[in-house]
Amino acid sequence: MNGCMANDSLQNTRRLCPPRVYVENWLSVSYVPYYLPCPEIFNMKLQYKGEKPFQPVTPSQYPQPKLLEQKPTELLTLTPWLAPIVSEGTFDPELLHRIYQPLNLTVGVTVFAVGKYTQFVQHFLESAEQFFMQGFRVHYYVFTNDPTAIPRVRLGSGRLASIIPIQGHSRWEEISTRRMETISQHIAERAHREIDYLFCLDVDMVFRNPWGPETLGDLVAAIHPGYFAVPRQQFPYERRPLSTAFVAGGEGDFYYGGAVFGGRVARVYDFTRGCHMGILADKANGIMAAWQEESHLNRRFISHKPSKVLSPEYLWDDRKPQPPSLKLIRFSTLDKDTDWLRS
Amino acid sequence: RDPFWLCLILLFAVLLGFYSASPSTLSPALSTLFSSLSERDCHLDTCRIPEVPRYQRSHLWAVSVRVDVLVMTPWFAPIIWDGTFDSAILDAQFRNITVGLTVFAIKKYVVFLKLFLETAEKHFMVGHKVNYYVFTDQPANVPQIPLQEGRQVVVLEVRNYKRWQDISMHRMEMISNFSQQRFLREVHYLVCLDVDMKFSDHVGVEILAPLFGTLHPGFYRGDRQSFTYERRPLSQAYIPRDEGDFYYAGGFFGGSVPEVYRLTMACHQVMMADQANGIEAVWHDESHLNRYLLYHKPSKVLSPEYLWDEHMLQRPPLLRKLRYVAVPKNHAEIRNR
Repeated sequence: MNGCMANDSLQNTRRLCPPRVYVENWLSVSYVPYYLPCPEIFNMKLQYKGEKPFQPVTPSQYPQPKLLEQKPTELLTLTPWLAPIVSEGTFDPELLHRIYQPLNLTVGVTVFAVGKYTQFVQHFLESAEQFFMQGFRVHYYVFTNDPTAIPRVRLGSGRLASIIPIQGHSRWEEISTRRMETISQHIAERAHREIDYLFCLDVDMVFRNPWGPETLGDLVAAIHPGYFAVPRQQFPYERRPLSTAFVAGGEGDFYYGGAVFGGRVARVYDFTRGCHMGILADKANGIMAAWQEESHLNRRFISHKPSKVLSPEYLWDDRKPQPPSLKLIRFSTLDKDTDWLRS
Repeated sequence: RDPFWLCLILLFAVLLGFYSASPSTLSPALSTLFSSLSERDCHLDTCRIPEVPRYQRSHLWAVSVRVDVLVMTPWFAPIIWDGTFDSAILDAQFRNITVGLTVFAIKKYVVFLKLFLETAEKHFMVGHKVNYYVFTDQPANVPQIPLQEGRQVVVLEVRNYKRWQDISMHRMEMISNFSQQRFLREVHYLVCLDVDMKFSDHVGVEILAPLFGTLHPGFYRGDRQSFTYERRPLSQAYIPRDEGDFYYAGGFFGGSVPEVYRLTMACHQVMMADQANGIEAVWHDESHLNRYLLYHKPSKVLSPEYLWDEHMLQRPPLLRKLRYVAVPKNHAEIRNR
C-alpha cells in the first residue's frame, strides 16, 4: 500500500495514509484533516492469551446466599438482559477473589495524559497502586505526547507501567476522539499478548476505595454519574440522524460514561474498533458527535450490550453530593479547571 | 491522481466496513470457545435495525421488578425468575445459535418421550435452532413428533443398565462422550434434562450461560445444613455441613459445550472413583453435580420455576410461572423393569 508510513512500534506512529491536499479541499472538512486506516487493521487476526476454562474455587466458609430475603434495594442489581450491576453489597469480594486469583490474570489499564493532563498521572497511579486490582498483575499503559513529563511512580510487585508516545493535537476534542483508534491499535500491536482484561480510564481521576475483580467481565460499561436517575429521553445522546452515533428517542438503556469501560481484551478490541469506524464515518461527513467518543460509546453499547455494568460508585463526580444508595465511591473525578486544561 | 482514487476507494471501504463487517467468521463451535464467558454479541450489520423495546426501567433508581427473591448470587450469577429478563433483547443477542437438548429414554422411560417432545416444541427455545439428542436403548420406540423448522431429533442408541441408579449416573458418561464426538461441532449450548417431565411455560435463551444449574424445588427454602448433599467423607461427592450455596437439581443443568463436557467428564470420573471405593453417593449423579457446582460456580442459576413437581409441593406465590414440571409416574413400576 503506497503512501503508508511504516509502523515503528517504539514510536507507535499510526499507520496512516497521509491525506492529499486536493482531497482535503474537495471534501471541505472544516476542522481536521481526515485520515484513513490502512487495510491491515481490518484483517488483523490476533492471537490472544489462552482462554481459561472455569477453575475450581477452593473450599471455604462464607454465609449461605439468602434466596428469599426481602431486600428492598435502591439500586437495580440486574439489567433486563441479565447483566449484573455492580455496587457495594451485591457481591462477596473474598469469594470473587478466590474465583479469580488462580486464573493468573493480567489486567491492563490505558490512560491518556496529553498536554496539561500529564499532571494527573502521579495521583492516578499512586491511588491505583493502593486500590486497583490488589493482588493481580497489572500493566498500566500511559499514552502521552511528552514522555518526559510522566513521573516515575513506585509500583508494587507484579505491576508494570509502559509509557507510550503518541501525537499531540491542538484541539482537545481531537485528542479525545483519537483514543478509540489508539486503544484498538495498541491492542492489535501488543496488548493482546500481554493482558487478559483491559480497562480504559480517564486520567484526571483518582481511586478512593477498592476496585477489584468484581469489575471483570466480557464487556464492561460504567454508568455516568450525571444521568443515573434520569429517563432515557433526557440522556445526552447524539440526536442528529446524520451522525453514526445517532440514538432515536425511544432507544437506550443507561447513559454510560466515556471515562470507564473495559472487558476481555478481544471484546475491547472489537468495541473500540467499532467506535473508531463510527468516528471516521462522521469525520467523512463533517460532523462531530455531541460528546465526542462518549456518544459513539453509548451508541455502541445499545447494540452491543455490556455483559456487566458498573454503578456510579465506579465513576463518580466529586462535585455531586453522594446519595445514600451509593455506599462506596471507588473512582471519582478531581475538581479541576477544565477550561484551562483544554487550552 | 492514482493516490486520490486509492484514497476514495479506501474511504468507501471504511464505510462499507463499518456497515457490513462481521466480527466473527469462526465456525459456531470455535466461536463459543473463544467467547465462552458471555452471551452472543450481535453482528454489526443488523445491530442497529431492531428497535429496542420499551420497558419500565430506563434508569438506575427504578425499583427491581422482583423484591421478594434474590435475583443475583454473590458471585454475580443471575437467578432467573419471571420478570427479571426481557426476552426480546435476549432473543436478539442469541440469534443464530443452536441449542442441544439431551434426554435419556431408557427401558420403560420411552413412554415419556411423546409428551416431553410435544411440549418442548411449544415452549423450549421457540424461534431458535434445536437439536433433541434422544439417548435410548430402543430407537424404534422413539415417537415421530411434528417439529418446527430448524429443529430435529437425533436418536443416539446406547446401552441400558440393570439398576435405575446406574442408568441415571451413566448419563454423565454418555453426555461427555458425545460432547467430544459430536456436540462440540453441532451446537453452541447443551441443556441436559430429565425425560419424565413436560414443559408448561416458556423456557428460552434466558437460561443460556457458560454453566448453569437449577434450584431443586424441594430445597430452595432451606438452610445448607438441611441440603441432602453427600455427607460421608469417603465419597468424592462429600460436602461438609458448613459449605454449600444451593441444592441443585440433577434433572436440569447445562451450559456451553466445553463447560458441560468438563462437568460431565469430572462427574463421571469421580463416580468411577466412588465405585472403586465401594460407595455410592446418596443421590447419585445429583450429589456429584452439587459438589461440582459448589466448586465451579455456575454463571446462571435457574429458579424453581424451571423444575417443579405440583404433586409433591404446593405452589408458593413467588413462583409466577411453572415452566418444566414433573409428570406423575409410579416409581416402583417404571424403574428396574
